[in-house]
Amino acid sequence: MIEIVSRDRCIACDKCVAVCPTNVFDRGADGIPVLARRDDCQTCFMCEAYCPVDALFVDPRSHPLPEPPDEAVLAAGGLLGSYREQIGWGRGRTPGARLAVGPSLDRAGAPLTS
Amino acid sequence: MIELDADVLVLGGGPAGAWAALAAAGAGARVVLADKGYCGTSGPTASGGNNLWYVPPDAGARERAVAERFEQSARLADRRWMSRVVDETYRRVDDLAAFGYPFAIDDDGVERRGSLQGPEYMKRMRRRVHRSGVTILDHHPALRLLADDAGTASGASGIARQKGGEAWTVHAGAVVLATGGCAFLSGAFGTNVDTGDGHLMAAELGADLSGMEFSAAYALSPAHGAHTKGLMMQFATYYTAGGERIDVPDPLGARLQVAELLAAGRKVFARLDRAPAELHQAMRDAQPNYFLPLDKAGIDPFRDRYEVRMVLEGTVRGTGGLRVTGDDCATAVPGLYAAGDVATRELVSGAVSGGGAYNGAWAISSGTWAGRGAALFGKGRRRPRARAAGSAGLGPGRLDAAAVVRAVQAEMLPLDRNLFRTRAGLRASLASLDVLWERITSEGLAGTGRERLRARSAAAMAAHARWCYRAALAREESRGLHRLEDLPALPRFEHRLVTGGLDDPWTAAEPREAAA
Repeated sequence: MIEIVSRDRCIACDKCVAVCPTNVFDRGADGIPVLARRDDCQTCFMCEAYCPVDALFVDPRSHPLPEPPDEAVLAAGGLLGSYREQIGWGRGRTPGARLAVGPSLDRAGAPLTS
Repeated sequence: MIELDADVLVLGGGPAGAWAALAAAGAGARVVLADKGYCGTSGPTASGGNNLWYVPPDAGARERAVAERFEQSARLADRRWMSRVVDETYRRVDDLAAFGYPFAIDDDGVERRGSLQGPEYMKRMRRRVHRSGVTILDHHPALRLLADDAGTASGASGIARQKGGEAWTVHAGAVVLATGGCAFLSGAFGTNVDTGDGHLMAAELGADLSGMEFSAAYALSPAHGAHTKGLMMQFATYYTAGGERIDVPDPLGARLQVAELLAAGRKVFARLDRAPAELHQAMRDAQPNYFLPLDKAGIDPFRDRYEVRMVLEGTVRGTGGLRVTGDDCATAVPGLYAAGDVATRELVSGAVSGGGAYNGAWAISSGTWAGRGAALFGKGRRRPRARAAGSAGLGPGRLDAAAVVRAVQAEMLPLDRNLFRTRAGLRASLASLDVLWERITSEGLAGTGRERLRARSAAAMAAHARWCYRAALAREESRGLHRLEDLPALPRFEHRLVTGGLDDPWTAAEPREAAA
């Protein structure tokens, strides 16, 4: 579930407001998105993928954490924007689709369905 | 009030809707595509991705692929449709390459076109749809279809949920439903937009459905979340809470065995023991959306045993949906076409899911056919006096939508009810669901403005659940995704089951008997 909208990083582009498929965000008075319907978050990471400045953090757990995670710790651990990085989006990165040659346990066999 | 006019209205902006919009625009139609969320991120394909049923045009290879998969379908697929899907998918993936999709290149320098990374795929599809002149309406969920005096689908109306719930209407010569399957808000990766809204709208105009008994698709995810990415589980070994290894016949057969333990209330843990170290990086590159959620939770799946659970994917990964009546994916309602998971996938996968490979290929091919068919039907059609049809969950009322959703989930999510089906269990669930439906129609659901969508989706899930279990009860055997007690597959059930109706649901063997 979405845990962090970093006020330090956010540039108020509101891309996340547009792309969230379950309409979790509203544009705040200052342009910085607010979590208006956080319970609707389906933990799909699409907002992270589209955020151009890595200002969002979606935790993999389906329920809110008892305490929000520490942004500085996440940033130091490379966990802000990690989804965008791993799918190879962003300037100078190789699109992840280029690298997605799925290994198969039985290489001679038919590819397994996902 | 937002009002637009088009030759073709496409509802849903996942892969099926996007391909439908491209095909309709390519056939010269003026097209509007309305998505409940955002075309490009909505639905399980955008979040996850697909392998594709992708067979190059070698007649022998294709014949063998169809023959083999027909047997895997528990003999309910249709070999002519399977061949069509193989052929159409191959050609459309050529288009995707021409759009610039960055396919992976294997060690031999050959593009690997049988696998699509979701975010990249759907970002490019959106761009292509936009450039084709299609009007895209994001965050415009449809609530009702329009029908003219002859009962022909003639558009839809809904709400613009980022414009304060303002009403919209699109008048159209034909409509393509590409609203996805229904996963009952289980949270399965990317599926919470898939609440069966399209099935309900179509049924209200008289469309019927097929294969709804093949709806018990569950997938493994970490217990703390809902990231149902199954591909890497081919490398998994499963353990009990005490750390004892669970013997499974093969990695693909493990799912059922794990489900039995979970249904019995036991905890099950997984670790990717079977992956040799030299493959680890390639695995991460292949499927970051399996690994990243674990990374973030501090779990190294190559090293740590992590607890798993099973999450319902319903008719998203399951098979059932609107019955299609022609090669153009027409439904029983004139002017209404179905593409992707909202349509039954039995024609390709029969009684089994087939997983992402079939889903992905079906979305591409059925989307293309439905879009083309709708363009032919809708271009220039005169449509006098279209009115919005359908009412379930839309009248102002007392019932709380969230409570209705919980009541439906209580019948649909548990493994011991939906995966390991019994006649007594199905009857008990149907009794509850029928009462729930009666209350939805008599008392109405609360919700105004933007909240009308929640009310409508809750009603749609209740309708969906009743079709699933009515069909399940009518198929007194086990076949593919449908397991009823310990019954075997029986030759007399080697046919499809059609279902439909709202206040009085019915089932019938296909072809539907004249009396039904």
